[in-house]
Amino acid sequence: MNRRSSWALPYAIFLVLFVALPLILIMVYAFQDGSGNFTFGNFTKFFTDADAIGTFALSLEVAIENTILCILLGYPAAWILANKKLNRSAVTIVLFIMPMWINALMRTLATAELFHMLGVQLGKGTLLVGMVYDYLPFMIYPIYNILNKMDKSYAEAALDLGATPWQVFWKVQVPLSMPGVTSGIMMVFMPTVSTFAISEFLTNNKIKLFGTIIQENINSSMWNYGAALSLVMLVIIGITSLLQDNKEEVGGGTV
Amino acid sequence: MKRFFAQCYIWLLLIVLYAPIVFIAVFSFTESKVLGNWTGFSTKLYSNLFTGNMQGTGSLMSAIENTIVIALIAATVSTVLGTIAAIGIHNMRGRGKQAITFLNNIPMLNPDIITGVSLFLLFVFLHISQGYVTVVLAHITFCTPYVVLNVLPKLTQMNPNVYEAALDLGATPFQALRKVLIPLLKPGMISGFILAFTMSLDDFAVTFFTRGTIGLDTLSTYIYTDARKGGLTPELRPLITLLFVGILILLIIINMRKMRSSNTAAE
Repeated sequence: MNRRSSWALPYAIFLVLFVALPLILIMVYAFQDGSGNFTFGNFTKFFTDADAIGTFALSLEVAIENTILCILLGYPAAWILANKKLNRSAVTIVLFIMPMWINALMRTLATAELFHMLGVQLGKGTLLVGMVYDYLPFMIYPIYNILNKMDKSYAEAALDLGATPWQVFWKVQVPLSMPGVTSGIMMVFMPTVSTFAISEFLTNNKIKLFGTIIQENINSSMWNYGAALSLVMLVIIGITSLLQDNKEEVGGGTV
Repeated sequence: MKRFFAQCYIWLLLIVLYAPIVFIAVFSFTESKVLGNWTGFSTKLYSNLFTGNMQGTGSLMSAIENTIVIALIAATVSTVLGTIAAIGIHNMRGRGKQAITFLNNIPMLNPDIITGVSLFLLFVFLHISQGYVTVVLAHITFCTPYVVLNVLPKLTQMNPNVYEAALDLGATPFQALRKVLIPLLKPGMISGFILAFTMSLDDFAVTFFTRGTIGLDTLSTYIYTDARKGGLTPELRPLITLLFVGILILLIIINMRKMRSSNTAAE
C-alpha cells in the first residue's frame, strides 16, 4: 500500500526543481550585485529611488481602487444573478463568466481601441476603467457561486423572526457571502498589482506600473535589481494571501 | 418592478462589458487598416486569415500553431505527471504530504510575473538557452497543480479496496492501473486536462519571460509585440471575433448539457 506513495517522487523532484529552486533564486539574486557578491544595494536603490517608490505606490493605489470598484459593481450583479426572483435566465450567467475564458490581452486591446476611437485621452482614468473591464467577471463569479449555494432557509428564518428585508441582507446574507468576497479580492487584487502588459496598452505607455518596471529590468539584463523588485512584490502577495485564512476554494477556474 | 430594475442593471453592465468585443467584431467586416474607419462591408480580412495572405506572412499563423501545440504538449504531460503524482500524494501521510501539497499550491497562488521571472532566473542559473523547450517546461510547471487538484478528490471518493482487489484477483500492477484506477480517475483527469489546456492557451507573462530571444511567438506574445509596434494587424480582428464566437458556443453547449443532466437527475 505505502509503496504507492513513491509515485509522488517524480513530481516532488519536479516541484523542487521548477518551483522551490526558482523562488530561492529570486532571493539569491536579489541580495547579490552584478558580480555575485552579497549586498543590500538593490533594496537601498529601490527605497531611495523616488520614481520607483512612486510607481510602487501607484500600483497599489490602482489595484485597491480597481478591487473596490469591482466589489461595488460586482456584488449587486452577483446578488441579482443568484436571486431566482430577479433573474431566471442562465444565459446572463454564462455571459458574465465568459470573459474569464478569453485572453486578457485581447480584451484589453479591444478596450484600448474602443477608447481610442471614442477619442478618450488615454491615462489613469482609462487605466482604471479598463482594469474593471478585465477583472469584474473574476469578482462576480466567486460571489455568485457562494450566494447561489447559500441555504435560503437562513434568510427565511430571519424574516420569520421579525427582521426587515434590509436587515436580512446586511446581517445574514452579506456576512455569509464574505468568503466569496475574499476570494474575489484575491482574484482581482493580485493580478492587478502584478500586471504589466495591460497597463501599457491602456495608457499608451504613459503610466508605468510596478510589473512593468520588473519586466524592463529583467529584459535589460538587470537581473539582480529585477529579482529584488520581484521579492518586494512577493511580500505584498504574501500579505494579501493572509486575508484568506480559510483554505476552502470558492472560486476555482471551472464553469 | 424590482425585477425590471435588476434586469436593467444586469443588461446595462453586460452591454458596457461587451462593447469593445462587439466593436472589434463589427470592424472585422471591413477592409480598413485603421479601426473605427468603415470602408464598406468586406470579408477580405477573414479570407486573408485563412489563406495566410497578409503582411508579415505566416508569422501570425505560426504563432497560432505554436500556441496550440504548446498547450497540447503541456496539458498532456501535466495530466500524466499530475495523475501519477496525485496517486502518490493520496497514499502519503504526515510531513511529506504537507510539503508536497504546499509546493503544489505555489504556482497557483503566485502571480504570473513572479512565476515567469523565477523560471527565467532558473534557466539563466542553469545556463539553459531559452526557447521552445523552456516555454513548454514552464507551462507544465503552472498547469500540473490544476491536474493534481482535479484528480485528488476522485481518489478520496474511490473505494480504496478496488485496486487491492484487482491485485488479489491476479492482475499485474500495470493492469490494475489501466483497467481499474484510470477509468475511475478519468473524469478528474479530463477536467484537469481541459483546465491545463486553457491555462496554457491563455498564458502571456510566463511565456514572455521564458521564450528567450529566438523569436518564438505564441498568440499572446504576438499580439503584445504587434500592439507595441503601434496599430493592430487588421487580421487579428476576425481572429478575435472567431475565438469569441467559438468560446461562446462552447460555453452555452456545456451549460445546456449541465442543466439537462441536473434536470434529469431531479426527476
